Amino acid sequence: MTGPSPHRRPPRIGEAPAFRRTLLAIVLFFVAVIIVAPLSVIGVHAVSKGLPYFAAAIAEPDTRHAIMLTVLTALIAVPINTAFGIAAAWAITKHDFPGRRLLLIVIEIPFSVSPIVAGVSYLFVYGLQGLFGPALEAADLKIMFALPGIVLASMFVTAPFVARELIPLMQAQGRDLEEAATSLGASGWRTFLTVTLPNIKWALLYGVVLCNSRVMGEFGAVSVVSGNIRGQTNTLPLHIELLYHDYDAVGAFAAASILATLAIVTLCVKVVLERQGAGRRNRPATLAGNESLSEVKP
Amino acid sequence: MKISLDNVVKTFDTFRAVHGVSLQIESGELVALLGPSGSGKTTILRMVAGLEYADGGHIYFGEEDATDIPVRDRGVGFVFQHYALFPHMTVAENIAFGMKVSKIRRSAEAIRERVEELLALVQLSGLGQRFPGQISGGQRQRVALARALAVDPRVLLLDEPFGALDANVRRDLRRWLRKIHDELGITTLFVTHDQEEALDLADRVVILDKGRIVQQGTPEEVCRSPENAFVMRFLGDANALPATVRDGKAYVQDVEFDAQGLADGAAEVLFRPADVAWREDGQGVPAQILRVLDRPDSRRVLAKTTGGQSIEFDTAPEFPHRKGEAGFIDIRRPRVYATG
Ligand SMILES: Nc1ncnc2c1ncn2[C@@H]1O[C@H](COP(=O)(O)OP(=O)(O)OP(=O)(O)O)[C@@H](O)[C@H]1O
Ligand SMILES: [Mg+2]
Repeated sequence: MTGPSPHRRPPRIGEAPAFRRTLLAIVLFFVAVIIVAPLSVIGVHAVSKGLPYFAAAIAEPDTRHAIMLTVLTALIAVPINTAFGIAAAWAITKHDFPGRRLLLIVIEIPFSVSPIVAGVSYLFVYGLQGLFGPALEAADLKIMFALPGIVLASMFVTAPFVARELIPLMQAQGRDLEEAATSLGASGWRTFLTVTLPNIKWALLYGVVLCNSRVMGEFGAVSVVSGNIRGQTNTLPLHIELLYHDYDAVGAFAAASILATLAIVTLCVKVVLERQGAGRRNRPATLAGNESLSEVKP
Repeated sequence: MKISLDNVVKTFDTFRAVHGVSLQIESGELVALLGPSGSGKTTILRMVAGLEYADGGHIYFGEEDATDIPVRDRGVGFVFQHYALFPHMTVAENIAFGMKVSKIRRSAEAIRERVEELLALVQLSGLGQRFPGQISGGQRQRVALARALAVDPRVLLLDEPFGALDANVRRDLRRWLRKIHDELGITTLFVTHDQEEALDLADRVVILDKGRIVQQGTPEEVCRSPENAFVMRFLGDANALPATVRDGKAYVQDVEFDAQGLADGAAEVLFRPADVAWREDGQGVPAQILRVLDRPDSRRVLAKTTGGQSIEFDTAPEFPHRKGEAGFIDIRRPRVYATG
């Protein structure tokens, strides 16, 4: 049959089949080599000496302690940083105050500074020889080489994650919705809960997931402030390194697979939450857009 | 509720957006703030709403000094140019929002009834369960109005309410808004940069330029006696011819116009395109026809005076003259304003 087919459209850049196939091949190759292969190696190695050995490696008290410590750190640092991120994004995008731009830059610092710098500077401030060291010791407060130090260092590194996700979105949304809500008589808190939050929840969720992955995986800053005390201040990433240096390859891989699993669980939680949200009809306009029109019942 | 602005000033950083504006809006009146882009209309409206605080002067709601009352407690209904409907709530939830957060407790039943009532008022019954993304722009604007009306505001404030809509919808909505206003009798202040809209809808028009009121009055007053050249030009097409004033008379190339009360010096004569008669001989400013444009109900003639000024005027469709012909323009309702 001749004549234009209904799907005829002008060719676009990159639509040549050869180009498309090459592009796809390159992408798949990179994903396989850079992401999938190492992760599968972890899994395979971890169980290479048999599942019982794997189970024993995990049940090992120091490893268990490291897992608990990592989870505990995340449980403290992530909520605090989430609250901070929301507050910062809210302040920067919905209010005018002197120093707004400066705050925006300061929030970004942890992104550009090497985590090890953060660790060392905490040491300078809270360490025994540090600024507040003597005072802290006198008060019998232990920050360095203890949980507070680990949490602080993790928080420094992940401080921008939530704010950075929210700021562009909230800036694009402008202040109209909040102004409308207050002009209708809503309090600031009520406005935040019923108007702002529902419109940023997906970006927020993503920010929290990123923040969590980073807290659990943080190595550099934490390694400086934790002191690497086995069974006491070793987080999972530090513990993995320790096991590795002890030539306990299976132990290291087992612990690494746990860390990877924790990350994957976080991702799964995110996907499930998104699924649930998308299934409900009330979702933000930015996501609703056109396809929601097709949802209207005839 | 009567609203008065007394010498209100607003400065952003170093830029003064509103220079001492004083204005009275009588109870139940519908007033338009009209002005070119950047003249401070939105800023004034936002100060009345309490979304922005005045740097100087006072705003009174009735006898009460409302200058420092926060938006939340001011009891105004504000309709935003881009509607600002909550995208994650249905139309009904949007309308109910103000009643739900209000300090006055209402039963769920009462809220539902009121929402239905308002949906009927804005002619959107049956669309309550849609989301804002699922209705048209004109419908969104009406939802925004219903949402603002739900809290029984003392004053209704609208910022370019029809700005984002096409011409036909605008005209319909504007007549409809007037009807609603007449039904509810609520004091209303609305902002527009469209003269036709302001003249069509408002009891009184306040014309702004660069943060100052340049004239206010009924549509008839501002149309029939514009106080200065800015108002004359802003309200519609106007031709201008430079003139010189001497002893209470203005002269354009020897043609004389009445200019009583004007000081001697430079001036200009302004007139509307409809206020010109073309004469083959006799009185008037000598001119030559450059082009004749046809319109459904008239002809527009582009001409140039022998002094080199371009002018345009409207004539009957039967206007017989053609490009190149010379003649005289006889100006029917000239307005002379001093320049400089
Ligand atoms: N938040 C702000 N910060 C600084 N300048 C502002 C701010 N809001 C308004 N302005 C300035 O004040 C002046 C008046 O602004 P306004 O929004 O009131 O104008 P407008 O008459 O509503 O114009 P338009 O018809 O384009 O909406 C403008 O020059 C604008 O640049
Ligand atoms: Mg404006």
